Amino acid sequence: MRRLLNDPYDVVEEMLEGFCRAHSEHVHLYEDDGRVVVSNLAPVKNKVGVIIGGGSGHEPLFLGYVGENFADAAVIGNINTSPSPESCYNAVKAVDAGRGCIYLYGNYAGDVMNFDMGAEMAAEDGIRVETVTITDDVYSSENIADRRGVAGDFFVFKAAAAKAAMGADLDEVVAAAKKANDNTRSMGVALSSATHPATGRAMFELAEGDMEIGMGIHGEPGVRRGKLQNADKVVDEIMSYILPDLPFEAGDEVAVLVNSLGATPLMDLHICYRRVAQILDEKKIKIYSSLVGPYATTMDMFGMSITLMKLDSELKELLDYPCNAPYYVKK
Amino acid sequence: MYTDCILGKDYFYQVIEKIAGLIEEKRDYLTELDAAIGDADHGFNLSIGFREVLKKMPEWKDKDIKGFFRSVGMTLLGKVGGAAGPLYGSFFMKFGEPGSGKDEVTFQELFEMFKQGVEAVEQRGKAILGEKTMVDALRPALNAFEKAMKENLEAKQVMEAFVDAARQGAEATIDMIAKKGRAMRLGERSRGHLDPGAASSTMILEVFLDCFPF
Repeated sequence: MRRLLNDPYDVVEEMLEGFCRAHSEHVHLYEDDGRVVVSNLAPVKNKVGVIIGGGSGHEPLFLGYVGENFADAAVIGNINTSPSPESCYNAVKAVDAGRGCIYLYGNYAGDVMNFDMGAEMAAEDGIRVETVTITDDVYSSENIADRRGVAGDFFVFKAAAAKAAMGADLDEVVAAAKKANDNTRSMGVALSSATHPATGRAMFELAEGDMEIGMGIHGEPGVRRGKLQNADKVVDEIMSYILPDLPFEAGDEVAVLVNSLGATPLMDLHICYRRVAQILDEKKIKIYSSLVGPYATTMDMFGMSITLMKLDSELKELLDYPCNAPYYVKK
Repeated sequence: MYTDCILGKDYFYQVIEKIAGLIEEKRDYLTELDAAIGDADHGFNLSIGFREVLKKMPEWKDKDIKGFFRSVGMTLLGKVGGAAGPLYGSFFMKFGEPGSGKDEVTFQELFEMFKQGVEAVEQRGKAILGEKTMVDALRPALNAFEKAMKENLEAKQVMEAFVDAARQGAEATIDMIAKKGRAMRLGERSRGHLDPGAASSTMILEVFLDCFPF
């Protein structure tokens, strides 16, 4: 194992303690619940509360996107495990400003059960909570509603949070989140497993020199496993699944996210991005904006994912809306 | 029938204590089962929950059976997360219901407890038989309990039939294709693996038999 940890039972709490100290100008832990990271500005007067969350191990996903004009709170679960219903409910109590809240998270069975129970508890208090689950991972299912959420979470969080920051009501924020999700597609490649902090062992087996195209961020199997190929070939294969899925066509404008699964260096990501841009140029798809870096990771996993979001004027405005969070600033 | 078979709070305390110990002992085994078709954390997350249960149990000594299991369920719900948290949390919270205001229950009431617990899991997980989940152990076990009681088997034999059915049900998940949870996305590749939820729920039911005082 090549990880810097203490007692594996303390990893999440110790991470949160460090995170909230390091970014104390943005966030703090909710006083009644150490698994809820709250923006220092929340509750924001007259604003729909935006609550994101999921398991730990995907940082900066979730907690890094809590801040001004971004999420109001992130609910944090154990490693790769959704948070508890009580924490989901406590996040509502922490951020609700009287206009209701939206839960946004990747579409996984555990997350759905826990967040739904949280919403039921909030409803008993008379607080309306709506949910949009993110389903951007192209290869995870034929049926879009069954697909899981991966790095596309970022675009959906950004769009919904901007809509809320503009003063929209809950229905409008839900509509913006759905629109963002409907226009977002992702797919990745894994070159290694991550190390589970509790066992100190790989979460799944993937031999050195092999890769798995389409693998999920928890090691869910993908399209195929094979020998590692060069960057261009890997990008070509991933793009051959993403582009026809929406589909993305000539004349479209897109936002691009080339994301590291944790251990893949920026050098490799930019080499991959270059190939993505070449393909989009060939297809006459215009790149409106790009992000390259670790946005949704799996701890120390080697690998990369590509996310495209098809834009219209509303989605452009939402992505461009200024925000200030520990791991994403838009001026 | 079964009028002599009364189960007191001490039985239930002992069961929960033993389950907590067993989860700790089998943590890595359950996690390995989960690594094959899930996300390699089932044992670890359950152990987080049951460690907390064990720590808090002394505070629950004066509660009635319902209150005790409500505390167990709420603790698991709060600490475990994932799918296992709501499923086991709901199981134990409902399991205690028939013990409202009571320090002991009849064998008939024990059946009612299992019935409510299993139904809670089915509702929360929206799972039915054959989907490679813990329901594949729990539902056949419950059905066997009911059948054995109707056949007027002795309480101990009823419990044995109950656990046998859970074991067989869990075993049968090996040949199933997952239709729920993370393993669902594996399709055909989920075949050939024991479902970790069916395995852990069978382990838990076995403790109810091991501690059975009759």
